[in-house]
Amino acid sequence: MICQSCGKKNAITHIKQIVNGEIQEYYLCADCAAKLGYGGLFSSFSLNFGDLIGSVLGEGNRRAPAVAETRCPCCGCTFADLVRSGRVGCAQCYEVFRERLLPSIQRIHGNTHHVGHVPASASRKAQHSARLEEARKKLAQAIEEENFEEAVTLRDEIRAMEENEQEDGHDEIQS
Amino acid sequence: MMRYNPEEDAFSDIILSTRIRLARNLRGIPFPAVMNDAMRCAAAKQICAVLEGQTPAGVLHAVEISSLSRIQAVALVEQHLISPEFTDPLPGRVLIRSEDDSFSAMLNEEDHLRLQVLLPGFCLQEAYDRAEEMDQFLENRLPFAFDDEFGYLTQCPTNLGTGMRASLMMHLPAMQENGMMQRIAANLSKLGLTLRGIYGEGSEPKGAIYQLSNQVTLGLSEHSAIDNLNNIARQLIAQERAARASLMKSEKVQDVVLRSLGLLKNARLLSNDEFMVLLSQVRVGVAEQWIAGVSQQELNRLMQQVQPASISIGEGKALEPAQRDRLRAAKVRAALHKAEECEPAAEE
Repeated sequence: MICQSCGKKNAITHIKQIVNGEIQEYYLCADCAAKLGYGGLFSSFSLNFGDLIGSVLGEGNRRAPAVAETRCPCCGCTFADLVRSGRVGCAQCYEVFRERLLPSIQRIHGNTHHVGHVPASASRKAQHSARLEEARKKLAQAIEEENFEEAVTLRDEIRAMEENEQEDGHDEIQS
Repeated sequence: MMRYNPEEDAFSDIILSTRIRLARNLRGIPFPAVMNDAMRCAAAKQICAVLEGQTPAGVLHAVEISSLSRIQAVALVEQHLISPEFTDPLPGRVLIRSEDDSFSAMLNEEDHLRLQVLLPGFCLQEAYDRAEEMDQFLENRLPFAFDDEFGYLTQCPTNLGTGMRASLMMHLPAMQENGMMQRIAANLSKLGLTLRGIYGEGSEPKGAIYQLSNQVTLGLSEHSAIDNLNNIARQLIAQERAARASLMKSEKVQDVVLRSLGLLKNARLLSNDEFMVLLSQVRVGVAEQWIAGVSQQELNRLMQQVQPASISIGEGKALEPAQRDRLRAAKVRAALHKAEECEPAAEE
């Protein structure tokens, strides 16, 4: 097995993570393992998945057909630049290379959809779905804790929110 | 709001500190790795401008990393205010810090903005509330890069989503002694958490101090991640206490702990490695109430003050290792001069 990070030396470290039920495996040589924070001094601070992600990004797209080099209009990076460095060039890269980044993001987090805090500047839809998500979680918790009064209130709130969402959807189609 | 008081912490036998870190980036400009010096400086200026004057974290100070000596920068790493990579003095790298260092931010590290709340003791919720308050303050003044699907956009995809890392610094000597750490670390990774040693290499870090933190940032809300960390931390606390309870019956362990206090109180030359090992024993002694006259919080502060770079900073010049060891021993003796063995409870 060759190290997935440098692609040169023999891999002697096997890193296996199971995140949200998804198994992620990496094979690294001793040098790369140390460099990536598996056993290095200050490893807790310096965990830099850069090279690792580079290899993961590359691996996911090995069989992808050759595409004319698309460049991000904001930072000028190509997808090959991202793979090489293991770093994304700018926020807009996520838009430009979304489809090609998705498999790697899924591999890293076992998920591709943000849940949690949404800034006030985000779209109305994002804010709405964040509120809905939060309420659904609270409902699940209330049921688990057998707090049924709260559960009923939450259920009604969620229903109202879902109806609002549908109405909003109709409005958008009509306009 | 009831303020958290570390001196009344019921978990101070095990948890040293709590940290919340949020990664944020500005829209419309490249991430730091692709930036040149001028771009980094411009981004730092833009962020610094909104942090002038009164903020929710009080009045903040900006420190340009390029203005620091190497040893000053390393001391900031030892105080957990900056990362080791951030000591590379690129123009436009700025540390923002509050008066008491409970709030800090690195500008142009891996992301444009890495804000951090670091508090003594076990207080995830308070640390998160403070971080969120600062995040809101900044969000109203800066255009943060956010995507409906991926959440907060970061240079490294491992931080996408909430961009939040919550971590606890934990002292786990009995579990380490019992050889439990590797298995536990492996189990934690299945739960999307990481446990790794700080202060030193290898699976058995110096002083048995570990950092427990969340790994997954996308698809899990801040609250869920903190709840999860909270629950696991409590399980680890229970396991460590159980492991200590059985170890502490041994006279041999008591002997090692009290000898360690004797060494720290009398040593004239003390290397950092030796100090960390002895301090770990003394922490256990204080937790077991074998040692009185010093609190865990005092020991935590002492640990930070005598790290290699921090101890030199206090003297205002770089010191030779032997000078450091002498100075460290003196500081430790002064800090522990009231520490002494408690009268053992009468045998029944």
